[in-house]
Amino acid sequence: MLLQRFGVAVPRGFPCFTVSEAVAAGQQLGAGVRVVKAQIHAGGRGKGGGVKVVRTDAELEDAARRMMGMQLVTHQTGPQGQTVRRLLVEEGADIRQELYIGMVVDRTTQQVALMGSAAGGMDIEDVAARHPEKIHTVQTDPGQGLLPTQAEVLARQIEVPEFLVPQARDLMLGLYRAFVESDASLAEINPMAVTGDGRILALDAKFNFDDNAAFRHSEWQDWRDFDEEDPNEIAASRHGLSYISLDGNIGCLVNGAGLAMATMDIVKLYGGNPANFLDVGGGATTEKVTEAFKLMLSNPEVQAILVNIFGGIMKCDVIAEGVVAAARQVHLTVPLVVRLEGTNVALGKQILAESGLPILSAANMDDAAAQVVAAARR
Amino acid sequence: MAILIDRNTRVLTQGITGKTGMFHTRLCREYAFGNECFVGGVTPGKGGQDFEGVPIFDSVAEARRETGANASVIYVPPPYAAAAIDEAVAAGIELVICITEGIPVRDMIQTRYRMRGKSTLLVGPNCPGVITPGQLKIGIMPGHIHQPGPIGVVSRSGTLTYEAVGQLRELGLGQSSCVGIGGDPVNGMKHLDVMQRFNDDPATEAVIMVGEIGGSDEEICARWIKEHMTKPVVGFIAGMTAPPGKRMGHAGAIISGGQGTAQEKLATMEECGIKITRNPAEMGRTLQAMLNG
Repeated sequence: MLLQRFGVAVPRGFPCFTVSEAVAAGQQLGAGVRVVKAQIHAGGRGKGGGVKVVRTDAELEDAARRMMGMQLVTHQTGPQGQTVRRLLVEEGADIRQELYIGMVVDRTTQQVALMGSAAGGMDIEDVAARHPEKIHTVQTDPGQGLLPTQAEVLARQIEVPEFLVPQARDLMLGLYRAFVESDASLAEINPMAVTGDGRILALDAKFNFDDNAAFRHSEWQDWRDFDEEDPNEIAASRHGLSYISLDGNIGCLVNGAGLAMATMDIVKLYGGNPANFLDVGGGATTEKVTEAFKLMLSNPEVQAILVNIFGGIMKCDVIAEGVVAAARQVHLTVPLVVRLEGTNVALGKQILAESGLPILSAANMDDAAAQVVAAARR
Repeated sequence: MAILIDRNTRVLTQGITGKTGMFHTRLCREYAFGNECFVGGVTPGKGGQDFEGVPIFDSVAEARRETGANASVIYVPPPYAAAAIDEAVAAGIELVICITEGIPVRDMIQTRYRMRGKSTLLVGPNCPGVITPGQLKIGIMPGHIHQPGPIGVVSRSGTLTYEAVGQLRELGLGQSSCVGIGGDPVNGMKHLDVMQRFNDDPATEAVIMVGEIGGSDEEICARWIKEHMTKPVVGFIAGMTAPPGKRMGHAGAIISGGQGTAQEKLATMEECGIKITRNPAEMGRTLQAMLNG
């Protein structure tokens, strides 16, 4: 839908939420080749069994029945996969060539880079790894944007037939406008198809967006599929916390993203396994810390918790009070190791010690990691 | 000597009447020579007023003309922060330190494009700032954990920088300057730009370089170090255990397409002669061992 708004040609198709809707959509498209696609927010769907070409209504119904509700596992979903709740039924295209077009923010040049490859279809990531020379890159000037001539050159490099170069160029220009205006951080059309009836079609597309630009894109709320997202990660973002579930058993609560990653690293170094990444940010309040504890404890795997706070502007006594209040409120039953450093650290440690709670105080990161790993083993 | 800032730097706070701007301007003025160094603030529409004796101006150009400021620090909210950088650059400020977190990448691409060919240096955005201990602190780091000395610190993250500084302090090692370059994918000075200045700074004897997953700035810096650096460097990369495809807090901290892993960065850094540690608690001790060895 986003692409169509920017003039990118896509096959005719209908989103469907039930098998019967899919059948009806297939009939509306008319007899002939049609495609059933699982709609989840991850790439690699073709490889994972989420795309099926069908020739009859019966085949279509069968494919829809298999796909709807399945756990689709791709290299981008993680091992547990994502449940398919929505299908897209599309007209089949007579595909002669499958090409790849992608767009990312190039951090080194600080520009948007357009990438293309003649080897489109399902295996573009293998192409990138094994044959980087088959991927062509164009840097766009932030002042001028993607130039029509640049797009034409790339179209020829990826072997678009000469008479279709203008169509491919217009698709790339549309993709560039969509990328910039929608604050995307990544956009891929894979495959971009050359059809037998002389069209360039975007058969499948994937966009990632820059969270920092959410304030000017109220429409993103409608695009999200909360069923697909980790409920803990949604709850965290509501409270201004940055939380990512992992598969270990040691809950980690840290201020600052870099220190939070480093804390996970040292837990692992001491033989433990972090259950999550959790950054409470610079201005952690008692409420935030309490929410953070609730989040960590909602994971039944958690056997011990490590709090690692380097209080700079945030004073350690305030943090300590937050930790004590949170631990009381959630009736903490797993061992809690706390490492505090920074402003008012002595006062902070005193508050923890006098709380009457079984809090293990750690002197530094080494000590904290050793204690929490031992506690999680008991 | 130090890098980027010292007691002779003259600083403006952009967004001085906001809660964060007021709070941190106060703390920075309380630190070392901050009272002399912070010479003005900018909030459009509030020119002519003052914040605790610091005069407020409507524009950076006017503030610069009236005060002779050569640096500015930005606490303006994300939707307007890139424009605040543009304004400082247009006014000819030499060093702009942008603390604001959450600026859209598209805005930063345009701002960095407009900065091409200009001599203004940008630190950040989404960074703790710069401190030259005993002289001047511009940013949100806790001043009291720092002490003057010979070690340079450059880092993409805030509290992890404080961790490194805290470890140095335990060992009695002071710092020449500490620079937080921030965790955003499109930003100003990179590890390399800061490292070159530490190499040229007579007061710096060794450097701690703290990186994280995502991008290739650490590798680029490491290759420069191999060819040109005359001083010992200790390196740590956060995110050994980070899963691919997940953004770890910072917008720039993401492993994508198999690129930007901690393993890859550490391997390159080690090849280039940087003494790496995989234990974040060992940054200070690793550096001390190097200096003694």
